[in-house]
Amino acid sequence: MEGVVVLLNCFVSPFGNRVRIALKFKGVAYEEKAENLAAKSPLLLSSNPVHAKVPVLIVDGKPVCESLVILEFIDDGFSAAGAPPLLPADPYARAHARFWASYVDTKLNEAGMRVWRSPKGATAAVEAARKDTVAALKTLEAELGGKPYFGGDALGYVDVALVPFAPWFLTYERFGGFTVAAECPALAAWADRCVRENTCVAESLPEAEHVFQFVCGMRKAFGLD
Amino acid sequence: MSPPVKIIGHYASPYSHRVEMALQLKGVPYELIQEDLSNKSELLLAKNPVHKKVPVLLHGDLAICESLVIVEYIDEAFDGPSILPADPYDRAMARFWTNFIDTKFSQPIWLAYWSEGEAQKAVVKETKENLALLEAQLNGKRFFGGDTPGYLDIAACMLGPWIGVLEEVTGVTLVNGNEFPALCQWAKEYSSSEALEPCHPDRDRLVAYFTENKEKYKMMAKTMLQQ
Repeated sequence: MEGVVVLLNCFVSPFGNRVRIALKFKGVAYEEKAENLAAKSPLLLSSNPVHAKVPVLIVDGKPVCESLVILEFIDDGFSAAGAPPLLPADPYARAHARFWASYVDTKLNEAGMRVWRSPKGATAAVEAARKDTVAALKTLEAELGGKPYFGGDALGYVDVALVPFAPWFLTYERFGGFTVAAECPALAAWADRCVRENTCVAESLPEAEHVFQFVCGMRKAFGLD
Repeated sequence: MSPPVKIIGHYASPYSHRVEMALQLKGVPYELIQEDLSNKSELLLAKNPVHKKVPVLLHGDLAICESLVIVEYIDEAFDGPSILPADPYDRAMARFWTNFIDTKFSQPIWLAYWSEGEAQKAVVKETKENLALLEAQLNGKRFFGGDTPGYLDIAACMLGPWIGVLEEVTGVTLVNGNEFPALCQWAKEYSSSEALEPCHPDRDRLVAYFTENKEKYKMMAKTMLQQ
């Protein structure tokens, strides 16, 4: 695939950071434009009129939206020599990977959001959200099993889909009152391994404290405190 | 000899129907195992322990869950006409719109049919905006996929057989010919498609199912909108 590659992202977005990791993994040169989600740029609004969300990947002027769609697009289109595939070749293994990436979006993200987004004092809601988040993390940990990565011996599609949520663990922990290290030690170890062994991950993720500060700012802005 | 193909599904589920459509278009014979959703089988719970939902595709010893994941698997595992387009950008567009159907479109339209009063007005408005986006995607084509049904047609199957049934059972009209002529034409193309005819749902059976479950769905919609 030829052409200029632009990524519209917000530095804390786990969805946007999936795309950062994938582009670096593939060795694709790109320009990143930081979006202020409180004041979305005309480029974002015209490139993603349906959802008005980050990330958007623009290749030669043509936008692709939705992070997992973008990941598959990058895998389909940037398979130059030396760039490893994100998804395995076997159809069943591909289906397995897609199933688990979808799980991250529908189960982990949904519960995690309820942990930090609940208004101050909504203890029952936060407790329910904490239970669901821990359950989702434990299910993912069980899927990881004894493997170093969800992809097996090396980083793959599910790893790239999940690891951008690792900087958000501290936020879930502080609002939810639990620790990932205690509940899911193997998953915590996996997150550290991803960063330690893969520059594409280390270079793509924000500091957990910065995510927490960002979320605190958002809560104030939305009157949740 | 290829391993046997079975679907654990339900005749009233458009998600289950997506899998039948994909196998039909690929020319793959299959057996449909009807699940009793009020009393889930050991087989379903064993093959889909994470979500405990239909549909599940059984291909020999393999079990694949989540309808769109299954459809992509069918496209990749079996020979036959392609369901997804070949070009990476076209594939991304097809996946974007199938994701739209599952994450933005499905819940509001369901609520629009089963809710009432003030709460219904907001979901009807949202549904019509969503329908307009899908109408625009047809853009003069017979099917979303072009001359023959493709990935997005499979994902959008609810807009085929189910709409007429839901509108009859609930008395709510959403997909009318004035506002959405292309979608109405698409529904006709769908129902007269020879390629898909063998897996067309039985309309009377769908009407009976939704009539039987009308009060339950209305209660569910009311609860969901109150949250």
